[in-house]
Amino acid sequence: MKTINQLQDEIISEFALLEGDTEMTLFYIMELGEKLEPMKEADKTDDNLVKGCQSKVWLTARLENDRVWFSADSNTAITKGLVSLLVRIFNGQTPDDIIHADLYFISKIGMERFIGTQRSNGFAAMVKQIKLYALALKTKQEV
Amino acid sequence: MNPASVTALNVDEIRKQFPVLNRKVNGKPLIYFDNAATSQKPISVIEALAEYYRNYNANIHRGIHTLAEEATKAYEHTREQARAFINAASPREIIFVRGVTEGINLVAASYGRAFLRNNDEVIISGLEHHSNIVPWQLICGQTGAKLKVIPVSESGEIDLEAFTRLLSSRTRIVAVNHASNSLGTINPIKEIIRLAHGAGAVVLIDGAQAGAHLPIDVQELDCDFYCLSSHKMYGPTGTGILYGKSHLLEKMPPYQGGGEMIKEVTFEKTTWNDLPYKFEAGTPNIADVIAFGKAMEFIRQTGRDVIEQHEQALLRYATEKVGSLPGVRLIGTAPQKVSVLSFVVDGIHPFDVGQLLDARGIAVRTGHHCTQPLMDRYGIEGTVRASFAVYNTFAEVDALTEGVRRVINFMR
Repeated sequence: MKTINQLQDEIISEFALLEGDTEMTLFYIMELGEKLEPMKEADKTDDNLVKGCQSKVWLTARLENDRVWFSADSNTAITKGLVSLLVRIFNGQTPDDIIHADLYFISKIGMERFIGTQRSNGFAAMVKQIKLYALALKTKQEV
Repeated sequence: MNPASVTALNVDEIRKQFPVLNRKVNGKPLIYFDNAATSQKPISVIEALAEYYRNYNANIHRGIHTLAEEATKAYEHTREQARAFINAASPREIIFVRGVTEGINLVAASYGRAFLRNNDEVIISGLEHHSNIVPWQLICGQTGAKLKVIPVSESGEIDLEAFTRLLSSRTRIVAVNHASNSLGTINPIKEIIRLAHGAGAVVLIDGAQAGAHLPIDVQELDCDFYCLSSHKMYGPTGTGILYGKSHLLEKMPPYQGGGEMIKEVTFEKTTWNDLPYKFEAGTPNIADVIAFGKAMEFIRQTGRDVIEQHEQALLRYATEKVGSLPGVRLIGTAPQKVSVLSFVVDGIHPFDVGQLLDARGIAVRTGHHCTQPLMDRYGIEGTVRASFAVYNTFAEVDALTEGVRRVINFMR
């Protein structure tokens, strides 16, 4: 099992091959999105929508053997690609590791456009939701 | 035929006046097709702003010193330019506001509150921007008046027959746009105004999408109110005008209280200043108003007919090129349009199209364009909107076409 930072570094080196070309980077992100494990249609409810995203993002989480597993989808290809990167990094991690994770990969792959600006709210909101899920599952685990 | 040959405009010379067009975005030359949101600014506008702060910054109207006089003169000069720009009868009918949104809010709050009664009716169209919907909803909520909506056809045109059926002795206000921001449709406002007047209603025209593109003659139109935003017509943000017929403005109560708008103040009673100052409370946006004058001068000097001809040629070219790409569906196909091309691509979200075009330096707008009811009318979440201005070129339209083609090829 790779750590969150090992996975981030793996993503950074994959994207380095695109040499900072914005269009190629977006194309690659969309390709990754297509490989995301399909989400159950029944889970695409308003309750599972991540608030604060310009596009629709559905996200659910469950605890299995003390590890958190995510399922996600989006109605836009780029956002789906971005959320697939998050799922790849966080799937199978412990709640604690997720809560304390420092996400540095997004600016390293030239996609800082999705952080801290109007569009980013999307990305920031997804990360926040992932951490909230981890916190909730950790609380449940301790009860 | 080379499309460039149909236009009388020297676009290269025009482009030299817009410094931002030299910059690169994501390593590519900027192609700016978000003009319906805000246009770029010519150097004359940018310099007028700096010149004001550098040389004659002063508060206007009551100062007796030289700087105050210079600033007042420049500010009032823009009022006269605005009067001429829309052919108002008098500069008293030109009120400086922050933009169209504030102009509409002013009329809704002042005229609406004074003259709307329970069960009176306000009519808007299904093509309106939220700015021409929400202020009316607010005032209707406060007065008990009802809001009625003129339906829109599949091509994106106002249904005039339905409008005549909506008009009644209860209609007090009709508020429609001159041109639609989402689709570009140019509305038959002269006919709308005539019909509304026949029913005894006053008419407000939202001119946000007309100011940079269409000739405007408020006396010929006979509209009661007309609003413009400077920033959509090559001027600075934060200013614009509300035109109102003087006899209407005179009987309207002030919108905001403060300095400038008063004649005399005692704690018992305050009397209002004359038009237009009655509606200009507080220190106005002096610098931007002065620079707005330069923007109108730019449009006048370039020639509104020349600009219109160039933009219409760009629109026809883009409609043909982008419109014939596989899976592209144009939203808004009225025969009379300002230079707005709105479209969706089957199976591809507008957000993705917009992001991928941005990667190629092409700025378009995606989403509902602040017209959610209109998007609902078409059963879509939003569109990709490319809107053209005087400095855009046919080569840029080619780049847009190529950009959209790449998105389609990659994603379908």
